[in-house]
Amino acid sequence: MRSPEFLFSDDVIEICGVTRKFGAKRALDNVSLAIPRGVVFGLVGANGAGKTTLIRHLLGLLQAQTGSVRVFGLDPVQEPVRVLARVGYLSEEGDLPGWMRVDELMRYMRAFYPTWDEVYAQDLRRQFELDPAAKVKTLSKGQRARAGLLVALAYRPELLLLDEPSSGLDPIVRRDILGAIVRTIADEGRTVLFSSHLLDEVERISDRVAMLKGGRILFTGELDEIKQTHHRLTLRFLDERRQPPELNGVLSWEGRGYIWTAVAHGRLDDLALAASAAGAEIIDQRALSLDEIFLAQVGTPRLQPEEV
Amino acid sequence: MQIHISSHDGVPIYLQIVNQVKYLVASGRLAAGEELPPIRTLAEQLLVNPNTVARAYRELELAGVVTKRRTAGTYVSDGASPLARRERLKIVTQRIDALLAEARQMNVDTATLIELIQERDEAMQPLEAAAPRTKEK
Repeated sequence: MRSPEFLFSDDVIEICGVTRKFGAKRALDNVSLAIPRGVVFGLVGANGAGKTTLIRHLLGLLQAQTGSVRVFGLDPVQEPVRVLARVGYLSEEGDLPGWMRVDELMRYMRAFYPTWDEVYAQDLRRQFELDPAAKVKTLSKGQRARAGLLVALAYRPELLLLDEPSSGLDPIVRRDILGAIVRTIADEGRTVLFSSHLLDEVERISDRVAMLKGGRILFTGELDEIKQTHHRLTLRFLDERRQPPELNGVLSWEGRGYIWTAVAHGRLDDLALAASAAGAEIIDQRALSLDEIFLAQVGTPRLQPEEV
Repeated sequence: MQIHISSHDGVPIYLQIVNQVKYLVASGRLAAGEELPPIRTLAEQLLVNPNTVARAYRELELAGVVTKRRTAGTYVSDGASPLARRERLKIVTQRIDALLAEARQMNVDTATLIELIQERDEAMQPLEAAAPRTKEK
């Protein structure tokens, strides 16, 4: 722990009551979030939910209109150099200078970061099969993402911020990116915040997740905890139902007549009690994927499909 | 070690690892004394959080399926056989439950199902054993 501010908190990221408006639109609405050191944090939500706006606050690119943002205990708008020296960032667009060659890009980035590890950088370049003489703008989308990942990892940042890192990429490049995240955490116990609408990725590598909708945090918690408190229940009612019954904890219903299937949030014991009080019996229950939980919580029919 | 993770069936990933290692041990594909891959290696192979693999290994250790040796490394336990039988039956029971549920949904009754199982069993006999029977028919 290099900075003395860190003695007060083990949270690498502290966001407190942040609201951000663009015109009349609330991009972030009273968002509070604390991310401790060593955690892999998945930020999920449909396009326009506020994920990128949140990350831009952490990078100091946007100033909080209300509330406060702290990264390593520092205000990223006030002290961008001290914060960004310890943050690796990769965005969907991969905003790299297209006119540079790969080796020039690496030299250029190295100049900014005292912690740049040239051996590691060259390892990554070979592993990603990046031609040092190739111009960034001539790289394929996947190769550009790999180049972006290389320069985000090579100075071994304490915090990795990834904004939709694998969006629109083919499965092989996605594997590289996920693999790099896994290695980053395994290597040094570093903190990772990544946003994605690919929920199977989030489910694979996150310790904690937060779901954003319309700039608000719908819910946040340990992934295991979220998985354990969401169930798909099949209920048999004593009498025939035309309308989905009211039941505490149920997020969505499907079915007709005697048999209804519910996506429900809560402890199984409580749900069973509520069911029997409503004249039903739980005849089947199974776990849900994060994708199914997200759909039930957000209540929208489908997420944006992955672009091809 | 052949493990396949699916994010679609809702089963927590650590549990998928636990179940599949148990299955590999029960079916003899992981022998007693064999070493499991290091946490980091398996995490990179499966593309899952290393903490998740660590948790799976802890659960497997609690269940007596694997043993951690002091020097480092996780090994399949020696005395895994009585447990293996219980685990084998548990795994098969889970499959049967799923099969029954599906059969019911498709209006196939249990008697037909048992017939089908016997039929398939005969079809799956090794050639030498099955050959005389097919000749009789």
